[in-house]
Amino acid sequence: AAEQAPDGTAKGKPRLLLMGQRRSGKSSISSVVFHKLPPSETLFLESTARIQKDELPSFMDFQVWDFPGQIDIFENPTFDIDAMFGEIGALIWVIDAQDDYLEAVARLNVTILNLQRTYPNIKIEVFIHKVDGLSDDYKLDIQRDITIRIQDELSDNGFENAPVTFHLTSIYNHSIFEAFSKVIQKLIPRLGILEAMLTNLCRTCRFEKAYLFDVTSKIYIATDSAPADMTSYEICSDYIDVIIDVTEVYGSWPRSEKHREGLEGSPWNQKLEDQVASNWAESCMVLSDGNKPIILREVNKYLALVAIMKEDSYDKMPLVNINVEVVVQGLEEFFDITKPK
Amino acid sequence: MPPDVRNEVKKPKKKKVLLMGKSGSGKSSMRSIIFSATIDIDLSHVKFLGNLTLNLWDCGGQEAFTENYLTQQRVHVFSNVGVLIYVFDIESRDVERDMATYVSIISAMVQYSPTAKVYVLIHKMDLITMHAREAVFVDRVRLVQQKTAEFTQASGFNSELDLIPFATSIWDQSLYKAWASIIHDLVPNLSVIESQLGSLGTIIEAEEILLFERTSFLVVSSWTSEEGLGNPTGDRQERMSNILKHFKQSISRFTGTPRNAEQFILMEHKAGPRFSMFVCKFTTNTYLMVVLPPGEARFNSARFNCQIARESFKFLDGPTPGQGQSGRA
Ligand SMILES: Nc1nc2c(ncn2[C@@H]2O[C@H](COP(=O)(O)OP(=O)(O)OP(=O)(O)O)[C@@H](O)[C@H]2O)c(=O)[nH]1
Ligand SMILES: Nc1nc2c(ncn2[C@@H]2O[C@H](COP(=O)(O)OP(=O)(O)O)[C@@H](O)[C@H]2O)c(=O)[nH]1
Ligand SMILES: [Mg+2]
Repeated sequence: AAEQAPDGTAKGKPRLLLMGQRRSGKSSISSVVFHKLPPSETLFLESTARIQKDELPSFMDFQVWDFPGQIDIFENPTFDIDAMFGEIGALIWVIDAQDDYLEAVARLNVTILNLQRTYPNIKIEVFIHKVDGLSDDYKLDIQRDITIRIQDELSDNGFENAPVTFHLTSIYNHSIFEAFSKVIQKLIPRLGILEAMLTNLCRTCRFEKAYLFDVTSKIYIATDSAPADMTSYEICSDYIDVIIDVTEVYGSWPRSEKHREGLEGSPWNQKLEDQVASNWAESCMVLSDGNKPIILREVNKYLALVAIMKEDSYDKMPLVNINVEVVVQGLEEFFDITKPK
Repeated sequence: MPPDVRNEVKKPKKKKVLLMGKSGSGKSSMRSIIFSATIDIDLSHVKFLGNLTLNLWDCGGQEAFTENYLTQQRVHVFSNVGVLIYVFDIESRDVERDMATYVSIISAMVQYSPTAKVYVLIHKMDLITMHAREAVFVDRVRLVQQKTAEFTQASGFNSELDLIPFATSIWDQSLYKAWASIIHDLVPNLSVIESQLGSLGTIIEAEEILLFERTSFLVVSSWTSEEGLGNPTGDRQERMSNILKHFKQSISRFTGTPRNAEQFILMEHKAGPRFSMFVCKFTTNTYLMVVLPPGEARFNSARFNCQIARESFKFLDGPTPGQGQSGRA
């Protein structure tokens, strides 16, 4: 459920604001991405009556605000615009691609112009949403049309380089996670260092692709320099699901003390903690297709590294694990240093 | 394994599995879920456990067609049947006629494959409101049993026909439960496998071992240690089937290979100081999943022991595909 943050406690945390017309899909997006609601169950969501503020404890604590569709924040004197946009963050404007979108675009234009005057650094992310069921050609046509309508309006008003980005999204596939990944990545200080670390790892271990995931939302917060494609993201993200589900079935209940004593006795004669190689989860799946391994390594409570290896590289796993361990330590240091104080 | 046990293991004859029921009763939907087969109109059969074929037959409706295989093709269709799975649509408007069609199928079965097992699936149970489900199911099963008994008495069939009923729906776990039980009965030499799993589990200090059929990922056999019995997740077998099958489909999307093709060889997961597990290809027709207490050495030794055990399980697979095949309808 959404939690109302007490006022003032959230200073310094990046904030994502979800706005757009009624029924455009804002609450659905936030429930599917951050609360694991199955997409089909969003049919039963009620229209949002007041702003829902969600605190998301994560590798970088951030907030998601889900707005009611009908309110106009610039018309309504009860809104403290400065408190809303004063923090770093992004405005996500959701447009229903299956509906007539002219009014949505007009309202978005007004909003962008208002923001550009006072908060030119706020990133504006346009989600052209509900594109499931639309043909690829039609999707691109809509995206082109909306982009032109917004850019024309902006340049008419003298803003040539407003930070507006477009994403085609749907809650029925991975596209919504992909879009959020890109939005979040812009909010990470010194993202380039993370990317360089992953690119290096891919080179030394001969990985095809590596992603650093926020495990609970399955947003990826960094990847190596090889182009990110939907299929590799999907398989890595689905692998996280497998690990989470398996861990829920076998890793969430306490074994008896007596059993533990037995396991620490002969022939091992060692504390269980000392019998394991790592305190964090390590997984590997070898595909029949070219014996290609996919590996997963927990970095900390929130983050996991998932990578797709080159064909037939399972034999090199011991070496790979050593390299991964080094990178994981580097990542820990990175987040320690960049953590907002 | 002692040589006398080896000799006792009979070479199983290739048997057919028939999936029958009125058109629209849900057969193709079931098949596509259980075997991840694409819904292909032309393909009326699926191969599984290496040597078994699952044949789909529509009954009733297109009368001429039904007539044909109940008469001219009768011997061909109904000989050598190991299992008949008959699907009743709970929503059917003409129950009387359904029963008549069912009885004509049973009569052919009893004639050419009298020892076949008969599973009766009362399907689409999700359409019945929750509180009425149990009663509606019991009622329909009673009717099927009564029709069956009437037939066997009238025809002088001298042994009881054993019906195994299940309430199913493609929208919940009930389908996995019914099919796990069907597959379980079809695996050759299961009792030998089961006792071997127990010895293996004890040696490697496993907490749980699941043996999956490789196409459907249904659990055909399992063993759980005393400590493992404390696991509060009661439906974990169905859940593991579901998890692995789902991921198998993700891999197929990733690699662009067919959904029912083999997708992975090995999965290892070491959850720090909590537990370890692996899933590996085991015999030709099975995958083995082993859940272990934490520990690197224990894990490696278990992997090694399973590798060795694989050899002694191998000959239990039964005849390989292509052996003693008869033509299909
Ligand atoms: N086809 C499709 N439908 C979607 C998608 N996302 C949301 N919907 C549906 O759109 C409807 C409205 O979704 P909400 O999330 O309640 O919309 P909202 O923007 O929060 O609406 P207000 O709270 O009234 O402003 C629901 O029936 C959702 O199931 C999508 O990606 N594809
Ligand atoms: N409600 C419900 N519908 C089902 C179920 N199983 C199948 N159906 C539907 O029944 C229809 C016919 O199914 P199909 O598998 O083609 O039947 P077949 O002709 O026996 O192969 C399809 O529209 C399915 O979606 C079920 O368990 N519940
Ligand atoms: Mg809403």
